[in-house]
Amino acid sequence: MANGLRLSLKAISKSYGSLRANDKIDLDVKPGSIHAVLGENGAGKSTLMKLIFGLLKPDEGSIFLDGKEVRWQSPEHARTAGIAMVFQHFALFESLSVAENVWLGMDKSWSLAAVAEALHQLTRHYGLSVDPDAFVHRLSVGERQRVEIARGLLARPRVMILDEPTSVLSPQAAQALFTMIRTLASEGCSVIYISHKLHEIRELCDDCTVLRHGKVTGRVDPRQCNDEQLSALMIGSAPPPLVRATRAVSNPIVTLNALSVRAFDEASECLNAVSLELAPGEVLGIAGVSGNGQGLLLDLLSGELNSDEASMRRIDGHIFFEDRAIEHLGVRMRRRLGIMAVPAERLGRATVPELSLADNMFLSESKHMWRLDHESLYQSAQNVVDAFAVKASSPKALASDLSGGNLQKFIMGRALALQPKVLLVSQPTWGVDVGASAQIRQQLLALRDTGAAVLVISEELDELFEIADRIHVMYAGHLSAPVKRADATVELIGQWMGGSWLSSEDVSKGKPVTVPFEG
Amino acid sequence: MHELALLIAAGIASGTPLLLAGLGLLLNERAGVVNLGAEGLMLIAAVAGFGIAFYTGQTWLALFGGALAAALFSAVLGWMVVYLNTNQYASGLALSLFGAGISAFVGAALVGKKLEITQTEGLFFLADLPLVGPALFQQHPMVYLAVTLCLGMVLFLYHSKSGRLLRGIGESPASAHALGFPVRRIRWISVVVGGAFCGLAGVYLSVVYAPLWVEGMVAGRGWIALALTVFATWRPWRVLLGAYLFGSVTMLQLHLQAIGIEIPTQFMSMLPYLATILVLALISRNPSWIRANMPASLGKPFHPG
Amino acid sequence: MIVLEKRQQPSPWMGYLSPLLSIALTFVVAAIVVSAMGKDPLRVLSLFTLEPLNGKRAIGEVMLKATPLILCSLGLAFCFRSNVWNIGAEGQFLLGAIGAGGMAMWLTETGLTEPGWLWVTQALLLGAFAGAAWAAITAWLRDRAHANEILVSLMLVYIANLLLSYLVFGPWKDPKGWNFPQTLRFADSLSIARLGAGMRVHWGFVVALISAGVMVWLMYFTTLGARLRVGGLAPGAARFAGFSSRESLWTVLLCSGAFAGLAGAMEVLGPMGQLTPHVSTGYGFSAIIVAFVARLHPLACVLASFLLSIMMIGGELAQSRVGLPASVSSMFQGVLLMMLLTFDSLIQYRIKWRAQTSKDLAKHA
Repeated sequence: MANGLRLSLKAISKSYGSLRANDKIDLDVKPGSIHAVLGENGAGKSTLMKLIFGLLKPDEGSIFLDGKEVRWQSPEHARTAGIAMVFQHFALFESLSVAENVWLGMDKSWSLAAVAEALHQLTRHYGLSVDPDAFVHRLSVGERQRVEIARGLLARPRVMILDEPTSVLSPQAAQALFTMIRTLASEGCSVIYISHKLHEIRELCDDCTVLRHGKVTGRVDPRQCNDEQLSALMIGSAPPPLVRATRAVSNPIVTLNALSVRAFDEASECLNAVSLELAPGEVLGIAGVSGNGQGLLLDLLSGELNSDEASMRRIDGHIFFEDRAIEHLGVRMRRRLGIMAVPAERLGRATVPELSLADNMFLSESKHMWRLDHESLYQSAQNVVDAFAVKASSPKALASDLSGGNLQKFIMGRALALQPKVLLVSQPTWGVDVGASAQIRQQLLALRDTGAAVLVISEELDELFEIADRIHVMYAGHLSAPVKRADATVELIGQWMGGSWLSSEDVSKGKPVTVPFEG
Repeated sequence: MHELALLIAAGIASGTPLLLAGLGLLLNERAGVVNLGAEGLMLIAAVAGFGIAFYTGQTWLALFGGALAAALFSAVLGWMVVYLNTNQYASGLALSLFGAGISAFVGAALVGKKLEITQTEGLFFLADLPLVGPALFQQHPMVYLAVTLCLGMVLFLYHSKSGRLLRGIGESPASAHALGFPVRRIRWISVVVGGAFCGLAGVYLSVVYAPLWVEGMVAGRGWIALALTVFATWRPWRVLLGAYLFGSVTMLQLHLQAIGIEIPTQFMSMLPYLATILVLALISRNPSWIRANMPASLGKPFHPG
Repeated sequence: MIVLEKRQQPSPWMGYLSPLLSIALTFVVAAIVVSAMGKDPLRVLSLFTLEPLNGKRAIGEVMLKATPLILCSLGLAFCFRSNVWNIGAEGQFLLGAIGAGGMAMWLTETGLTEPGWLWVTQALLLGAFAGAAWAAITAWLRDRAHANEILVSLMLVYIANLLLSYLVFGPWKDPKGWNFPQTLRFADSLSIARLGAGMRVHWGFVVALISAGVMVWLMYFTTLGARLRVGGLAPGAARFAGFSSRESLWTVLLCSGAFAGLAGAMEVLGPMGQLTPHVSTGYGFSAIIVAFVARLHPLACVLASFLLSIMMIGGELAQSRVGLPASVSSMFQGVLLMMLLTFDSLIQYRIKWRAQTSKDLAKHA
């Protein structure tokens, strides 16, 4: 098959039980091309990459590398053949040094010293800046990603796959990454760039395959497309425009005044003199790359930080709720005050996967009863399912049976059913399909319109621009001043995401944290 | 002073089974597996070793046989825990119960028997040095073997590729799997080798230290060794130190009796267990410290793909 | 080669087959081991299965031995469901025996033996309290110092054993007991009423059954039970819901300790009638097996207790009639648990054959 393609996938299919993750996918990557694979969360991108990389075997179809058919038996096999993959979640060992980490992934012919030397050379050539002797647990997210990239480059790959690489980078750092990718492509290596960020793809890539629901919906040159065209291929149809109403803002209901929370240990989040005011009838957005303190902020406000004394002692400052200091109150007391949280982790935190929806309603109960009222829980669950169009067979369905979007609708519904005065949400539409996402955002706005105060922590700037009235940015435990949506530009927020508003002294007090690997 | 030297020597001899078992458990736990079957493995090896020593008169054959027996049962446990992802705690407990039972069962015929073995002692000329000689160098070769194994463990974990990989697996099996390593096979091997170490500990007790066989003679040392690995923050040299310390506690009992301090034997016998509890309480108090030092995947099942 | 593949849905078949297969295979292993030791396997097996149920008195013995197992396993199931690994039920049992036995001894010596039922009840409560207090040590250390409860509770077992030994060899030894390590025999009125003439099984058995019912109610019909179940299944969700992990920890440990202590007290005030070093034949550890065989469900604990009671009696019969050491019972218990854990994993996984082609293909590609 001498058609000059570096990598070619023909009619690749892979199913997980009844779920067809990849359905007869064709992918053709030319040598030296930066080829985007575009698709939403759940479109099948990850599965496809795992197939290319050798972590999974296809049920049907063939893979050709430089014209020859290949069947990988393991990632190691694929690696030696020239496929390098940089994961979205890093496969790094924190207790080892950079060089040791990379060395582990190399074959027997490399000595530790040779690896260190090669890493130095890479730094010079690609401008990667990786310190071989540093221990990984001390590295920032961006630095860790560079280690992953360096690891991939050392093997002199023919195809390098990057999976959502900018999800952990500020816009400025992303530009540095693009420069590196262009250098790499110019040397003949093909780059597969997985993303759902349209502007990035149009800026960087010369070829694009779009996936939707496991199938290929299009193959285009992104430089000649606009966002609408790419969106249409990715989503299918434009989402309905959200209904917005403007409201007058009143006195804040929740106030933080230069509150700090000490980090649990070296690798944990901290909060540095955070100030914010959350008022009824508004949506306050917190932007920023995950891991900069948002999780801790949510735990602090929801009351979960108070579940053990050691954590409580790390709090330095007050949380004011309607002029009352509430930082010492636990979750249930805060719920009685009307503060409700919807965390990002759906299974294992917002719900118990092994329990039914009815049983999961128990998690938001705040009444003091000793008797477990099964009927009441069942009915409440049914109400939520009906009111929020949750696709579940019945309230007896297990939480783990629901799809991500439906589970999130259920969790939101459960929270909204309590008619909270303050709703704290983290990553409300992460991993949720477009239709459900629109519904959830609509619900948040509807809640706002009833006079509740809504705090939304989100990695998706687009989402915040859609629903937030004011936006803060979080970086290294510091919270920026708020900016009205009308005044916020992608550029400004992007800069703030890199901490540009802070003095260097402030930055040294906290540091961005790490995204641990999750298999 | 001579008494002190003898006390040290006794502590070392008494602590050696703890050292051996502790090293074995360290290996397991560095790979992320908690082995609650240590007590059972030690008992199995003790009875097997004693039996072999009794019938063949060969100490080293007994050691090998005991270690092998323990390794075999560890292999079964390892298969359950690593490949079938059974509950690590329950599986280990089952093995301990089983080990207690089968060792008593098989060893019933060996109770009261005496071993006809000449015990070699002393490390070359070093045994004749004043003070230090009696304190450190007049031990059975097994003691020195144990120290050597400790050194070997250090070299393995911190200066070899496979050792670093093992530590990585203990921290994040998912990352190791993504890198293409056969995580489960490596974990299983570490369970088997660690089990062999526990076996050596058991044989040492019945063939060198006691030497006799009696039902339940390991007397909880397997459990103390588990506490030891936590005490030692999963570092080999600290296991050695802790083992000798704990061993000395048992010695203290006999020593106090010799001096004439009359404390009921039962209370003296309680000392190692009390010490273990105390140590556990002291070192566990700082949760962030534990998190920084403990292999992160300890006790958790790993599901590839 | 054999490969394990995760099933999409847990297999309900294996859920039922697993305990049956485990028991069956345990018997097979038992038969093999026993033959290897030169004894007749069929005879031994009948001692383990049929003999213990041979006649009213025999069944009474099964019920008698099941009583402490039911009580201990109920408490342990409660703990394990909350992810609190209380391995020290044996120690809590012994403390219960010490508490009740000590009180009975004092009552007998001072002649305060009537009305018997009142004193017995108080002694039983004291035993439960003692067991709970012993468990409280473990709870406190885990609460305050984050000490691993497995190791602490286990160390406490050895300490409890030594304490008992000290008492019966020392200050509590019966001066008229020919220097045997035992206390005096308690007054006749200070024993728990029997369920029938000629049988040793007593009302404690009924208490055990009632306790099982209480635990079912507690676990599935109260909010406390719901909180505990959530905490055991997903600690992050429990924290999210504002459930106190401290509350769970103390509740399950105190409860478990009380049950085990009560069991120990019943043993001493029931069949034994005095305190000796052999108060427990490993009930605390066998109860762990019971809890697992019962998959941590209270009602199943009762059934599994009967199973293990039969096994334990079988062990005693094997010792007295065929000359096998008593430890053969704990050997089979260990095998049973390991089999059960293995087969239970097949509920989640399926065994598949995969052709040995991986190495060949790697050479071609």
